[in-house]
Amino acid sequence: MTATTMPAAHDESHGHGHHYTTLGLDNRKIAIWTFIGSECMLFASLISTYLVYKGRSVKGPFPHEAWTDPSGKVFPAILDIPVTSASTFVLLMSSFAMVLALAAVQNKELPKTTFGERILGSSKLWLWVTCLMGTAFLGFQAYEFTAFIREGLTIRTNLFGSSFFTLTGFHGAHVAVGVCWLFSLLAIDYKRGLGPSDALNVDIAALYWHFVDVVWIVIFTLVYLIK
Amino acid sequence: MASHSATAGHADGHDHPTWSTYWKIAVILFVITAIEVSAFYIPAWETSWIYVPSMLFLSTIKFTLVVMYYMHLKYDHKLFRSLFTGPLIVAALTLIGLMFLFSKLSIRLGLLS
Repeated sequence: MTATTMPAAHDESHGHGHHYTTLGLDNRKIAIWTFIGSECMLFASLISTYLVYKGRSVKGPFPHEAWTDPSGKVFPAILDIPVTSASTFVLLMSSFAMVLALAAVQNKELPKTTFGERILGSSKLWLWVTCLMGTAFLGFQAYEFTAFIREGLTIRTNLFGSSFFTLTGFHGAHVAVGVCWLFSLLAIDYKRGLGPSDALNVDIAALYWHFVDVVWIVIFTLVYLIK
Repeated sequence: MASHSATAGHADGHDHPTWSTYWKIAVILFVITAIEVSAFYIPAWETSWIYVPSMLFLSTIKFTLVVMYYMHLKYDHKLFRSLFTGPLIVAALTLIGLMFLFSKLSIRLGLLS
């Protein structure tokens, strides 16, 4: 039986007041998957908009090519692949930290005798790592946005600027919400400790966090790596 | 670490990823990202016709690994799989449809002047 399935003796609700469907699945888990499904369509619309407008800006700066304005000023290709690769790596590894945080919460009551078990079983440690990596990703994005604005690309400059800032800005906002969510779990962990009974709450936050990660996997390839 | 590796998932008797699976997936994600970024800087690869399909293929692998193992979709109830893959298919078809209708691809194919 998973953390999301109904205990055999409880038809309608769990001891904590959690409601289950007739399939024995927790409503909250169905809700988060439905939400993630709707988010897929939101990001598909934003990515589609970016791709439809790709290569149609009549003036620069451009993502992958240099541009010379009428006054003779040269604008280099604006996307910074090394910096974005680093931020992509940070976000991918934050997903790894998040699954370890979830596993630590689920296995909280298991005895931890070795140093390795204590490290793996520390939900606080892995939540901290995930939060810090999420914050670092936001830092990378803030750096990228300010660099672009300094180099003359704003949301109003051209089609590339409008679609790029809208797409990556929406993603960044999702990351920011995820970081706040994870910090709130961390606060609960410090206040009363997260245990197996909280596993579903952590699982739901983890699903949201991984979704933000997979969206970035798509954005990184389509926006940054494909010219 | 044995107790953790054996029960990294829910305490329920279903098959769930172990700690070592999570670790292996992280390494694979890192390696694929490194290959993608390297390909961007290899002119022979970056300018060849295989570049775009290979980038899409590699990112699809990363996407699938995170969804199946980190989001536990491989091990979870099939309803969750439907709730995710249904909208994902609609989203992908919408994206492909819009690309054919309005992007530079449609101009190249003569569908849009």
